[in-house]
Amino acid sequence: MAPRQGSLKLVNTERIKSRGAFAVVEARVMIFMKYLPALLSVAVANPFLYLLAVGVGVGKLINAHSGGVDGVKYLTFLAPALLATAAIQNALDEVVFPTLEGFKWNKSFFAINATPISGKQIANGVLLAAMTRVLFSVTVYGTIIYLFHGFTTARGWLAIPTALAAGAAFGAFIMGLAAWTKNDDTFLMVLNRFVIMPLFLFSGTFYQLSSMPIYLRWVGWLSPLWHSTELGRYLTYGHQISPWMFVFHISYIVAMFAFGMRFAHRQFEARLSR
Amino acid sequence: MTNSEVLIEAKQLIKRYGDFTAVAGIDFQVRKGESFGFLGPNGAGKSTTMRIIAATLTRSGGEITILGKDPEKFGPEIKAHLGVVPQMDNLDNALTVEENLYIYGRYFGLSKAFIRPKIEELLDFAQLVEKRSVKVEALSGGMKRRLTIARALVSEPEILMLDEPTTGLDPQARHILWDRLFRLKEQGVTLLITTHYMDEAEQLCDRLMVMDKGSIMAEDSPAGLIKSYSTKEVLEVRFGSDRNAVVAPQLKELCERIEVLPDRILMYADDGEELLHQLNQKGLHPLTSLVRRSSLEDVFLRLTGRTLID
Repeated sequence: MAPRQGSLKLVNTERIKSRGAFAVVEARVMIFMKYLPALLSVAVANPFLYLLAVGVGVGKLINAHSGGVDGVKYLTFLAPALLATAAIQNALDEVVFPTLEGFKWNKSFFAINATPISGKQIANGVLLAAMTRVLFSVTVYGTIIYLFHGFTTARGWLAIPTALAAGAAFGAFIMGLAAWTKNDDTFLMVLNRFVIMPLFLFSGTFYQLSSMPIYLRWVGWLSPLWHSTELGRYLTYGHQISPWMFVFHISYIVAMFAFGMRFAHRQFEARLSR
Repeated sequence: MTNSEVLIEAKQLIKRYGDFTAVAGIDFQVRKGESFGFLGPNGAGKSTTMRIIAATLTRSGGEITILGKDPEKFGPEIKAHLGVVPQMDNLDNALTVEENLYIYGRYFGLSKAFIRPKIEELLDFAQLVEKRSVKVEALSGGMKRRLTIARALVSEPEILMLDEPTTGLDPQARHILWDRLFRLKEQGVTLLITTHYMDEAEQLCDRLMVMDKGSIMAEDSPAGLIKSYSTKEVLEVRFGSDRNAVVAPQLKELCERIEVLPDRILMYADDGEELLHQLNQKGLHPLTSLVRRSSLEDVFLRLTGRTLID
């Protein structure tokens, strides 16, 4: 018996137009579940080892010599930056690989695009799913920082939303680039060595941006990591920033997210209709 | 099928990529319940036409409606009624057979309650019941192809589109697949197929459009095309690659038409055996000879001067 065919009323296109991205999220979550033990181990082991080595080890040294940084314990100073770094790193992992896979490795995005789901919705779904994992990882990270006494007050948890914002903003933009690239090997190499690594090192992560030579500070100014970290430090322990800078940091991240999504939408639509 | 409802209609359809014209102003109609084929070599414009119909590629000129709608204005509405089987399988390798069917149903916005029994029906149809929990990576080429077809049927589409459905499969896998597609055809499913295999076109298509270099060379049923563009039978003779061209002028006088290929000569006549007899009487003794029925390959050769698979 061949399957039935031609049920004209079966598919509700209007519903897909408003909720199609969630089907893409569902597919991504199904794939996360396959790697759940690995995802869980990384989410716990990564921050644990990092905080043990840098936060506590190096931190002890710094606290003993200079009484901390920016008027607080080194770990408290470091925590917002670590959360934002983890958010960005996780977001990139979860947007770059699915995008390269969807367009190049097994072309599954073309299969999704043969259904009523649009390229924009695929992009939204991939980012939304990535942010679900980021939320999970950053919450675990935050909990471990708390257990290491990295948060001096309950306000420490406020670094989680600022970290998420940085992950979403940078993730959207890089997702667009992953959709645009034809050469996946070079793309991954350039991304890891010339984007992520400098961003991590020169965004005021381990020390304040102002203590860096002026000719290197531009990396921080461009980096969503620095803007998110500054906001996080202000919210968690009252790091001093002017109201203007507060607004500017938020605006920068929002603008980067808006630009990144627009760019990603265009690249997804263009690649699918080429 | 006698239903004459037109599901797809193209008028002067054009697709250009810069200076290259992939589809050069073609007209065609596909009716409900029909099995319609695009036959032509690689680069003929078949897949491009399919992608325009599937609302994933914009046209450069002309008109096209699918279910009465323009794909550029009503992409999602049209896609809701299509089942697409692309040339290359693009299944989700990280998921199992069953999960691939499930998630594809979700992409069409179908409820879990609808999809669950549908999966059983499709697994049975695709002969993949025992492989339901196996990851796609572990399937053979033929199984992946059947799964891709089953996946395209999850939303009970009006039109099932198959781009080169059996390319790259071994003969046994091709026959299993043809059997499945033939069942769909028997059920009155509207099939749209591109192929460069003449046997596939003959087996599966009610009506064929022969394409070459973006244009339509002819359009009819497989039997109609053979009747119009070829003789009943073909005598294939081989005199050795260096002698074929030498004897060709003598052979020309004996039949309606000949085609000199690098390795053999095709002689077109309604009675092949009789033609071979005449050949022998003239003292021409080929190294090998074969009488066969005319096929779509002969039609294509007549229309374009080239074989289908170069």
